[in-house]
Amino acid sequence: MNMSKNLNPKFHLAGNIFNNPDQVPARNGYGEGVVEAGHADKNVVVLCCDLTESTRSAKFKETFPKRFVEIGIAEQNMAGIAAGMAFSGKIPYMSSYATFNPGRNWDQIRVSICYSMANVKIMGAHAGISVGPDGATHQAMEDIAITRCLPNLTVIVPCDYWETKKAAIAIAGIERPVYMRFGRENVPVITTETTPFQIGRADTYRDGQDATVIACGSLVYEALVAAEKLSSDGIDVRVINCHTVKPIDEKAVIKAAKETGAIVTAEEHQVHGGLGNAVAEVAAKNYPVPMEYVAMMDRFGESGEPNELMHKFGLDSKGIIKAVRKVLKRK
Amino acid sequence: MAVTDAQIEYLEDMATHIREDIIIMLETAGSGHSAGSLGTADIFSTLYFHVMKHDPANPDWEDRDKFVLSNGHICPVLYATLAEAGYYPRKEIMTLRKLGSRLQGHPHRGSLPGIEASGGPLAQGLSIAAGMAIAAKIDRSHTKVFCMVGDGEMNEGQIWEALMFIGKNRLNNFTLIVDRNNIQIDGFTEKVMPLEPLNDKLTSFGFHVLEVDGHDIRTLIEAFEETIFDKPKVLLAHTIPGKGVDFMEFKPEWHGKPPNEKEAKRALSELESLRSLGGKITSEYE
Repeated sequence: MNMSKNLNPKFHLAGNIFNNPDQVPARNGYGEGVVEAGHADKNVVVLCCDLTESTRSAKFKETFPKRFVEIGIAEQNMAGIAAGMAFSGKIPYMSSYATFNPGRNWDQIRVSICYSMANVKIMGAHAGISVGPDGATHQAMEDIAITRCLPNLTVIVPCDYWETKKAAIAIAGIERPVYMRFGRENVPVITTETTPFQIGRADTYRDGQDATVIACGSLVYEALVAAEKLSSDGIDVRVINCHTVKPIDEKAVIKAAKETGAIVTAEEHQVHGGLGNAVAEVAAKNYPVPMEYVAMMDRFGESGEPNELMHKFGLDSKGIIKAVRKVLKRK
Repeated sequence: MAVTDAQIEYLEDMATHIREDIIIMLETAGSGHSAGSLGTADIFSTLYFHVMKHDPANPDWEDRDKFVLSNGHICPVLYATLAEAGYYPRKEIMTLRKLGSRLQGHPHRGSLPGIEASGGPLAQGLSIAAGMAIAAKIDRSHTKVFCMVGDGEMNEGQIWEALMFIGKNRLNNFTLIVDRNNIQIDGFTEKVMPLEPLNDKLTSFGFHVLEVDGHDIRTLIEAFEETIFDKPKVLLAHTIPGKGVDFMEFKPEWHGKPPNEKEAKRALSELESLRSLGGKITSEYE
C-alpha cells in the first residue's frame, strides 16, 4: 500500500496509484458501460462505422443485436441516422474514432444533432496521441476544441476505465447531446467502482495550496504523480480531475485560482481550444492568475509507441512538474 | 381507392394557396428561395392533404407519418403548407426570416410545430429521415417516412452514404422524393455536375424508382400509394422551377431570390387567374 495521505478520501481512489496501478484501456469502460445503459433503458441503441471491435461497441452488438446499427464507413451518415433515431425516442450512442467522429462529421453534429438538441451520444474512440504507431492522421488532438464550441453539447473526458464506464452510463440519463472521448491504450486505473462521479462537477482528488493542476483524461494520473513528487520538494499541489470540459465547473476553477494563486492545465490535446483554454476563460474573467499549459504545442504528432510520444511531447508527470515550477516563479 | 375529381381539384387549389403564401412571405422577407419553393407546391399539397397520416393539433403524435425536408432552403413551401394545414397561425408567415420568428431562414426543429428536422446544409435530412425509418422498423411502428432532396443536393457524398444505408436495410417504409428541376445555383445540373443516368443509379442502390410529373397530382397520388413490399421507393419528380408564376419558370436566377413588390403583385395575379381557371372553386378557402 502506497496510498498518499494527501489524496481526498471521499473519492475512494485506488490504493495502488503510486505502486503499480492496474492498467486497463478506457475504451473498455465505454464498452461495458453502454451495455449496462442498454439493460437499464431499452431505448439505448448503438451505431458504429465498421470499427465495432476497436471502439468496444462489440459487446453491445452481441448483447442487443437488434439495437445495433452497422453504418459502414460513413461517419456523416451515422450522425444523421443517430439524430433521426433520437427524434424517434431512441438514445443513440454513435461510435468511431475521434478523428472522424466528431472530425469528419462536424457539420452534421452541429446542425443535425446540436442545433436540434438531438439526444445523441457521440463516442470518440482512440482519442489523443496515445493511439501511437498509426501516426498523426489518427491522433485526435483537436476534438475537444471542435466540440467545446458547439452550443447544447456537453463534453466529457474521463480519466480511466472506471470513470469512462460511469460516464457512459450517466450520459444516458441526460436528455441532450454529449461528446465523450476515450483512448485506445492501457492507462492506469486510478479511480474505483465506488469513486463518485457526477457530470459537470470537477473533482479535487488532492488538496494543495501552492498551485493547482487541472487535468482531464490520461493526464489526471500524471498530475497525481507530479503532485506526489513535488510534495517531497515541499511544493503543495492541488489536483483537480476536470472530466467535464463543458459545461466546466466554474466554481472549482475560481476556488483553485483564489486559494492557490497559480494554475497548470494538462490534457492530451492541442493547446488551442481544449481544457486549458476552457479553464483560462473562467480564470481570466473571474480571478486571473498565472497559468501554464501542458498540451500539444500547436503541431501534429507522429508515429511511435504511446509512452514515447507522451514523453516526447511533454504530456507526462515530468512535463507537469516543469510547468508547475515555471508557474510558481510568476506567482 | 380511386381518387375523385373533386379531391384532385381540392389539392390543386391547395397548391395554389401554398404558392400564394410563398410569394407573400418571400416578398415580405426580402430574401429567400422562390423557384424550388413554387416548383414543389403540388407535391406538398399531395403529401400533407392526402397521403400523409398526421395531426396538426397533435404534432408529436407517435404514429404519425414524418416528412423531412433535406433541401432546407425551400422551406417557404414547407412553412406555407404547415400554415395551411393548421400547425400554426397563418398570419405568422409574414415573420419569415425576421428577428424572433419561429420561421427561421432554414428550418429549425424545435422552433415551429411540424418541423421534423433542422436542415440547410445539404444531404443531412436524408440521413435523419433514414434514422427515423430504421427506428420505426425497430419499434415495429407503422410510421412512414418521406424525405425530399433537391437534385443539385445529390452532389453531396452524404446522399449516397444514406442511399446505400436505406437500400441495404430495405426500408420499405421510406419514400424519397427527388425534386428533379434540373437547376442549381451555378446553372443546369447536368453542366455543374451531371447526375444522369439518375434512374439507373437509384435503381442500382436498391430503390423502386418511379418517374413522375411533379405537377400532376393524380399521378403523384398513385405513385405515393403504390405498395412496394421489399424496397424503399423513390419518386423522381420532374418539376418546373418557379412553377405557377410565368416569369419565374425555368429561370435559374430565381433559385435564391425573392420577388419585389411589383413582381409579387404580378405573381399573385397570375396565381389568382390559375385558381379561377381551375374553376369550380368556391369561397371556402377565401
